[in-house]
Amino acid sequence: MKNVLQLVWLIPLLPLIGFLINGLFRKQLSKSLTGIIGSGVILGSFVISLLIFLQVKAGHTAVVNLFDFIKVGKLSIPFSFQADQLSSLFLLIITGVGFLIHVYSAAYMHEEEGQHFARYFAYLNLFVFSMLLLVLGSNLVIMFIGWEGVGLCSYLLIGYWFKNVDYTNAAKKAFVMNRIGDLGFLLAIFWIINQFGTVTYGDLFKQVAEKANTLEGGVVITGITLLLFVGATGKSAQIPLYTWLPDAMAGPTPVSALIHAATMVTAGIYMIARSNIMYTLAPTTQAVVAIIGLATAVFAATIAIKQNDIKKVLAYSTVSQLGYMFLGLGVGAYTGAVFHVMTHAFFKALLFLGAGSVIHAMHHEQDIRKMGGLKKYLPITHITFLLGCIAIAGIPPFSGFFSKDEILAAAYAKNPVFWFIGVATAGMTAFYMFRLYATTFLGQFRGAEQLHGHHPHESPVAMTLPLIILAVLSVAGGWIGIPEVLMPNAHALEHFLDPIFAESVKHAHEGHHLDHSTEYVLMGASVGLAVIAIFYAIARYSKRPELGEPTGFGKVLANKWYVDELYNFIIVRPLQWLGKFLNSFVERDVIDWTVNGIGRLVGYSSRQVRLLQSGQVGSYVLLMVLGILAFFVIQFFVKK
Amino acid sequence: MNIEYYIVLSIALFCIGITGVLTRRNAIIIFMCIELMLNAVNLLLVAFSKMHHLKGVAANPTAGIDGQLFVFFIMVVAAAEVSVGLAIIVMMYRNVHSVDVNFLNRLKH
Amino acid sequence: MSISEILFYFLSVLALGSALMVVISRNPVHSVLWLIVTFFAISGHYIMMNAQFLGIVNLIVYAGAIMVLFLFVIMLMNLNAETEPKKNKWLRMAGIVAGGCLLLVLVAALKDADVKNSAVQLNSGNIGLIEQLGKTLFTEYVVPFEISSVLFLSAMVGTVVIGKKGD
Repeated sequence: MKNVLQLVWLIPLLPLIGFLINGLFRKQLSKSLTGIIGSGVILGSFVISLLIFLQVKAGHTAVVNLFDFIKVGKLSIPFSFQADQLSSLFLLIITGVGFLIHVYSAAYMHEEEGQHFARYFAYLNLFVFSMLLLVLGSNLVIMFIGWEGVGLCSYLLIGYWFKNVDYTNAAKKAFVMNRIGDLGFLLAIFWIINQFGTVTYGDLFKQVAEKANTLEGGVVITGITLLLFVGATGKSAQIPLYTWLPDAMAGPTPVSALIHAATMVTAGIYMIARSNIMYTLAPTTQAVVAIIGLATAVFAATIAIKQNDIKKVLAYSTVSQLGYMFLGLGVGAYTGAVFHVMTHAFFKALLFLGAGSVIHAMHHEQDIRKMGGLKKYLPITHITFLLGCIAIAGIPPFSGFFSKDEILAAAYAKNPVFWFIGVATAGMTAFYMFRLYATTFLGQFRGAEQLHGHHPHESPVAMTLPLIILAVLSVAGGWIGIPEVLMPNAHALEHFLDPIFAESVKHAHEGHHLDHSTEYVLMGASVGLAVIAIFYAIARYSKRPELGEPTGFGKVLANKWYVDELYNFIIVRPLQWLGKFLNSFVERDVIDWTVNGIGRLVGYSSRQVRLLQSGQVGSYVLLMVLGILAFFVIQFFVKK
Repeated sequence: MNIEYYIVLSIALFCIGITGVLTRRNAIIIFMCIELMLNAVNLLLVAFSKMHHLKGVAANPTAGIDGQLFVFFIMVVAAAEVSVGLAIIVMMYRNVHSVDVNFLNRLKH
Repeated sequence: MSISEILFYFLSVLALGSALMVVISRNPVHSVLWLIVTFFAISGHYIMMNAQFLGIVNLIVYAGAIMVLFLFVIMLMNLNAETEPKKNKWLRMAGIVAGGCLLLVLVAALKDADVKNSAVQLNSGNIGLIEQLGKTLFTEYVVPFEISSVLFLSAMVGTVVIGKKGD
């Protein structure tokens, strides 16, 4: 069975085939067939991923060489896949959650026309393909290919309803923001090739570890990791490049789930986790990562408190949770960050799909002020959504608690200030999630207007089944990472990921562990704060939800701290002004004048030169002799 | 004698020919100057022929003979050229009653 | 100074001097006569290099046939110093300067050429004799030779066509 690792190339190939079939035959295939193909290929990938995961768990890893991708001089970049602990875990998350989202999509998108339905599935498959390529690649270049593919697919999917100008603008925004980050990543790759002459993980990390001891090497690694981090901020929506993610809600809800939970945004986390040794050796960058992550977490959480669009709240919560993950990476809790990626994939996919179910039932109404009291109409959605909310709030023994706690504990060990801010953010998270829950599901039904007197219906099985599976995972998914203090030797994930982060653990300067009583206090504090926030939110919003427009400071939060306006003012306006200036002055007065001037000059000089054309043989002969003379003279000077 | 002397002599004759073409307006004189230039080249060819003969006679008893044959052919062509050229000049004289080349400025139009 | 060197210088000065007179003379008839002198000098050079056939042919064809043709045309047109067209003084100066420059440049170019040890065979060697030339001409160069007869024919036809009065 060991050779199943050699079949790793099938995992990305299957979605690619699905993409080609759905994309090329989108006008011929029926909707149900499209759905079956689209979901089936992902299921196939999932099965293979599972087999590979089992192999990796048994201790076998492999790098599968497919062919030489680039071979120039000493530089050799093979097209090869790496199946190890980290990638196999991500494979499971991507294909598993991805499969559920595909199934869900088949029902959710059923109103679409056949051709567009197939186009949707083609994009979705391509998205999964790119993400798998990103995760599987055994060097940075392959990762970059997947990285770009993910960016492209997010553009296509966010702008899926391309007839709406706002949506295409949101897609463009996502694309441009991602491009800024990609540039950082690309520069980092160039720098790495320049410094180390290889981009293959194994060789690269070995060389980095050797080089880090020198002063110059330390500077180089800090620079490279900072550039890589710029790439990660673009893809994983961190300050200052996070604004695309909330706007990405323009796409269909399952796409939001896919982007936010299983794929895309976790790419940045994966990249840093993959190159963890480089970050461990660059403490400056680590500090930057931790601070940016924490700032993003707090910032996004404050915005989420005042949002009224059900998807926007979830979007800002994603940004906030990603901030947590970066905090984890920044303080060296790589396992915790990857763990949080996994649990977050479960509960955020659940929440998004639950939100999708609500939106479906409310006939595409997304404003929570027009919902309320959905508890009795959508029982399954309600229960699963509630479980997701508890999971993200961090209440034991739900999955979010374990992963968040691991990150917070590591943050405390690094710097207690990080911990305080992190716990405050956790409290805010619990508050806004339950504000959302209470406004949507509790209280009186306020959406009669939208539905013309009908009451909303529960979604079909194809939609509720993924919800139930994800709910189970959200509850139980954290049990593979129970911390040492609660249950010795129960942290299965840490043992599993040990080979990936072993080098970093070795290089980490002080591995001072917290004593048990401190950890209990920390856990107790965060859980206590979350519980208080939950009860306060339910008590406040279930009976009297805030329906009016926010005022004062709330207005600032509802308008997202005016960051979009700020960016508009700082970047977009000057660029437009520059464009106008280039158009009206440089283009018209400088370039046009130059071009026309050259034309006039040629015309004038040819009129003058024409006078040489006297028609007299003598002058022609004279010119000919002068020409010969010139040749000789030139030859004189050129020869030497 | 060294070949240099012949080369300088030929260049001098050739340049006198060119100067004649440039300074005179009489078509017949210009024509004669062209003949002068041709002869300068002929002289050089013969000189080179003898130079190569001296160098290569050991290997080939007729080395360098090509140069002299070229001169022969140049004379042939020159004779033909002169007959046609003079015919044209006569024709021109018949039309404009002058041999001044400056009358032949139709090229301008 | 050997006799051949003396002869060389004498013939060279004669050739250059008479060539200059060709250009300078106002009267076209004088020009023709000076040109004939030049041709004689060049033929002298040929004979000195033992290229006797070419020397004789030069005399017969150029100095004899072609120059007579020139003289004939000049007399036919009744050209003399009075009818000679005069060129603009500045243009004439430009022509002289250009020709002088060319001379200068070509001689300067010769300075770089590797001709120091290349002597010209004088007074001996048999390639210039009619026997050798004839053999080569009628074996190796027989095709160009025949083609040149076609050239003559066409030149003759051309002359007749051009010279025909009116149409």
